[in-house]
Amino acid sequence: MIEFEDVTKVYADGTEAIDGINFTVEEGTTTVLVGPSGCGKTTSMKLVNRLEEPTEGTVYVNGTDNQELDKIDLRRGIGYVIQEIGLFDHLTVGENIATVPELVGWDQSRIDDRVDELLELMDLSPEYRDQYPRELSGGQRQRIGVARALAADPDILLMDEPFGALDPITRENLQDEFLQIQDRINTTILFVTHSIDEALKMGDRIAIFDVGEVVQYDTPAEILSNPKNEFVENFIGENQTFKQLSITPVREVMDDPQAYESAESEVAPAADGGEYYSISPDSSLQVGLTRLLSIEHTTLPVVDGGEVVGFLTEDHVRSYFDSAGEP
Amino acid sequence: MSAAHLGVVPLFISPYLEFVVQNVDQLFARLIEHILITAETVLIAVPIGVSLGVLITYNDRAATAVLWLAGIAMTIPSLAAFGLLVPFLGIGSDPVVFTLILYSQLPVIRNTYVGLTGVEEATKEAGKGLGMTRQQRLRRIQIPMALPIILAGVRNAVVIVVGVAAVGAYIGAGGLGEFIFNGIRQGDSVMIVVATIIVSLLALVADYGIATVEQLLRIRNGEQVEQRASTQLIQKAR
Repeated sequence: MIEFEDVTKVYADGTEAIDGINFTVEEGTTTVLVGPSGCGKTTSMKLVNRLEEPTEGTVYVNGTDNQELDKIDLRRGIGYVIQEIGLFDHLTVGENIATVPELVGWDQSRIDDRVDELLELMDLSPEYRDQYPRELSGGQRQRIGVARALAADPDILLMDEPFGALDPITRENLQDEFLQIQDRINTTILFVTHSIDEALKMGDRIAIFDVGEVVQYDTPAEILSNPKNEFVENFIGENQTFKQLSITPVREVMDDPQAYESAESEVAPAADGGEYYSISPDSSLQVGLTRLLSIEHTTLPVVDGGEVVGFLTEDHVRSYFDSAGEP
Repeated sequence: MSAAHLGVVPLFISPYLEFVVQNVDQLFARLIEHILITAETVLIAVPIGVSLGVLITYNDRAATAVLWLAGIAMTIPSLAAFGLLVPFLGIGSDPVVFTLILYSQLPVIRNTYVGLTGVEEATKEAGKGLGMTRQQRLRRIQIPMALPIILAGVRNAVVIVVGVAAVGAYIGAGGLGEFIFNGIRQGDSVMIVVATIIVSLLALVADYGIATVEQLLRIRNGEQVEQRASTQLIQKAR
């Protein structure tokens, strides 16, 4: 858990980076700090592992004022991923990943096992272990960056624009993969980005920053449906409905299978493995709607683990938005 | 054995070869002296230079001052330095080695400093963020990454040392410079030319050898380099 309590940071040259911010990142959740450049989001993140020190206020890490903790120990317990990745090019992929376990003195066999485990988690084949980072693509390098940050099983993970330097397709893939990884690890994540779309996709909660202040701290759905002020509204930009579609899971909107029995519409056959004619309950409404529009049927079966768990129609989507009072 | 036996050798080369053949023992002895002076200098100069290079990364102003002083040291004419040191260190190789150590400092300090500070900001920040102490960052990241650059500085220094060491013969340090000064005194240009060529060859061999090690280090660091023949040979032998 991370708590910011009235935290202010003024740099030596007098620039006020952040001014009295307050928010709490609950254990095991992901909070995204988002805002235009120079808004203080990266500074806020660096206050957690004390790459920056607060001028006023307190940052609590797992309930302790982090000023009372040893800087080096604190950092070793917090994973750190940056946009430029910062891999150690003179070390192999395996040695890079092993950085923190080595610093904290794990024995070699435990380190080796952990490196294998992380390569697998990051979907990298074991032969990468002995390669040098320079031989790899940007996406693979950032996978290694994430693996290195997770190596010693930190309670907290800090990510500063981790996917910002990647091409759009690689970025999307890595975001999706990371969302799955997030489900498997119980890590408190603080994620910094300038992209509201990335924030909506990755965050359980989002803190929207305007010059040095948090203007709204809420769930993605709440931010989209109730933007607090004009700044937030502008920052979200147009296409709010479209964005809402992309963050609402099908599960929330679908009918249960019984309800369908009486319905008259024709169901798209959920042919064996015919992924195209069915949808998973965790997919977004955006995917669901696109799929509905692309098939000749008006009802799409929602399939989870080979079982039909519900149905999705255009009417469901429409009424969901009507009830949410959306435009 | 006379040059006549080397029938195929063009005529203008024969006096030089004759000189080499007749003086091979002496040439070899002077060559060894030359190598020893160089080696002694490098063994003392490199640890000093690298330490200074590391130290000045802690303070920009000290860096400017130290690099400036090392630059000044290089501008002192070697003969003048020898002359000034003889009253304190006597004649022989000591004042020569002392002067050569001074000459070696600029390339070694400069390359160490540039190599260490040239490590990408992101790499240093990642090390810091992951919980490395300043010493650990230096030892595990900066020095290994800077090593090829430091070695390039050493290489630079060695070439300078081999050349200037020849002047040391003037104050009795021995080495291949003996032949050059004798040649000047006796008006024997063959002697001068032969000794000069051997000095140059020694410098080239040292340069090539260190460059090969440098390249192996770059490869060890995961860099992609166009490999020279010697590097390929060593890589294959492994």
